[in-house]
Amino acid sequence: MIPAAQIDLRDASSFPSRRVEAWKYSDLRQVLREAPHPSPSAAIPITGGGPFEALGGEAMVFVNGRPVGVSTLMASGTQTVRLRLISKAEGTGHTVSARISARAGARLLILETHEGEGSAYVAHNRLELDVAHDAEVTRIVLADEAADVVSISQARVRVAPGGRYRQTIVTTGAKLQRLETEVTHLAQGADVRLDGLYLLSDARHADLTSVVDHAAANGTTSQLTKGVVRDTARGVFQGKIVVERGADGTDARMGHHALILGERAEVDAKPELIIYADDVQCAHGNTVGNLDQNALFYMQQRGIPADEARALLTEAFLVEVVDRIEPEGAREVVREWLTARL
Amino acid sequence: MLSISNLHVSVGDKPILKGLTLDVPAGEVHAIMGPNGAGKSTLGYALSGRPGYEATDGAVAWKGEDLLALEPAERAAKGVFLSFQYPIEIPGVPALTFVRTALNAQKRARGEDEVSAPAFLKMVKAASAALKMDFDMLKRPLNVGFSGGEKKRMEILQMALLEPSLLILDETDSGLDIDALRIVADGVNALRSPDRAMLVITHYQRLLDYIKPDRVHVLAAGRIVASGGPELALQLEAEGYDKYLPQAA
Repeated sequence: MIPAAQIDLRDASSFPSRRVEAWKYSDLRQVLREAPHPSPSAAIPITGGGPFEALGGEAMVFVNGRPVGVSTLMASGTQTVRLRLISKAEGTGHTVSARISARAGARLLILETHEGEGSAYVAHNRLELDVAHDAEVTRIVLADEAADVVSISQARVRVAPGGRYRQTIVTTGAKLQRLETEVTHLAQGADVRLDGLYLLSDARHADLTSVVDHAAANGTTSQLTKGVVRDTARGVFQGKIVVERGADGTDARMGHHALILGERAEVDAKPELIIYADDVQCAHGNTVGNLDQNALFYMQQRGIPADEARALLTEAFLVEVVDRIEPEGAREVVREWLTARL
Repeated sequence: MLSISNLHVSVGDKPILKGLTLDVPAGEVHAIMGPNGAGKSTLGYALSGRPGYEATDGAVAWKGEDLLALEPAERAAKGVFLSFQYPIEIPGVPALTFVRTALNAQKRARGEDEVSAPAFLKMVKAASAALKMDFDMLKRPLNVGFSGGEKKRMEILQMALLEPSLLILDETDSGLDIDALRIVADGVNALRSPDRAMLVITHYQRLLDYIKPDRVHVLAAGRIVASGGPELALQLEAEGYDKYLPQAA
């Protein structure tokens, strides 16, 4: 049903260009004409435990694509995993291949961080995620890449009947960054939430693309993505929800809202609902605008300088996505991370 | 204290204020009355520095300083406070956060120490109780979902906390029932002091029953066309603005 681009960093002919509809706004071939040299295996000691260190749990770490420990994890019971994808390369490319499964009844929290410490590298992150019957998985992604890198992340998530999946991606972009999520919803009460937040400045580019496939009845999907672009940055949101024949009782809602704060900044949004079943509830809303000038004047009139007023309004706009994050500990880490970058 | 001389203000290409001259000494309350479209709200916006309200001629001195040269936030830090006819809703910013941010920004601009969170909470609790406001309301985003009366009380609460020295009240009575009007007027009257000046902009005399002005000015077609004591407001209420309209001249 959903053809995903099979990208192989060793083969330049596998890099999609804008002629491929799903990559229209994120032309990988244009920024990557040749296959990059493979990144060296980094025998670099890992310092610290990453942005989510204080939340504990076990670490699953990849440096330049290579697992430092395990690359496959089977979760049961209540578990927290800090999935750290560290890039310490200069001008080379690497691929992460991670696989995580949550067993029936498991409660798994995945705290995923993209930690860019090198420059001009190409990172390709592949994650396979299985959410079993009655399992509940929350995935929170903080993508903090260097400005001059190419980073493509592709997560494929399968949610079994009765499974619950919650995801929030928060990113500041890269030279070209794509964060792709593909969810196959085996429904029968399966419940999915896909949220996103992008805060882009300079010439950064972030593309949040998702495809949710409702393959059986009575599944729910709720999506909220918010973004802010400044300078010459470019934000891309592509959200596709497919309701297959027989997937009656599906309830799907998608929202994308962006603020353009630079005259040369750009947002491209493509919401799509493809519905083959009859008895469904689907809705999408999409807005792109500027900060409310009346609110800005009001705040300044009360003594808040213009820059501070803009930052406060921008934070207030974005924080709706952060407020939806559970658990509270992770929400506070994300809130501080974001505030520091406003 | 406030001295406006020959002020001309245009909005876009349209001249609205056409040579307005007015002095408000410290400690006095002056009412600006006038028909719709006379430029009453424009005066409030021009004094507070709203973008798009451009002074093309004239001068405004505030405590001896050129007010027109300052940014809106700088004017606020110097004590200028415009109470909006329709207070703006700020989604996502709790009222408490908003007021504390404003207060501390003003204090920073003046080189004063910021107010700590506990000290601020104490101030707000006292001020909101005096205005009979529900404290929990202040945890909600500023003015979002507030009734007309609640929004006006929120404006008075901000005045009480920010302690401005030039208060400009733009149609503060609009949308208030008589009980809310009394509470709002009490809040304003509590701020009357020898080192504050107030400009009360209003279409109707009603508000002036509660906030007694020292002087009343009639603003018509962009100029002050008459000035007098409180009795002028009563006369306007009885006779209307007809004789001040340009076609009647």
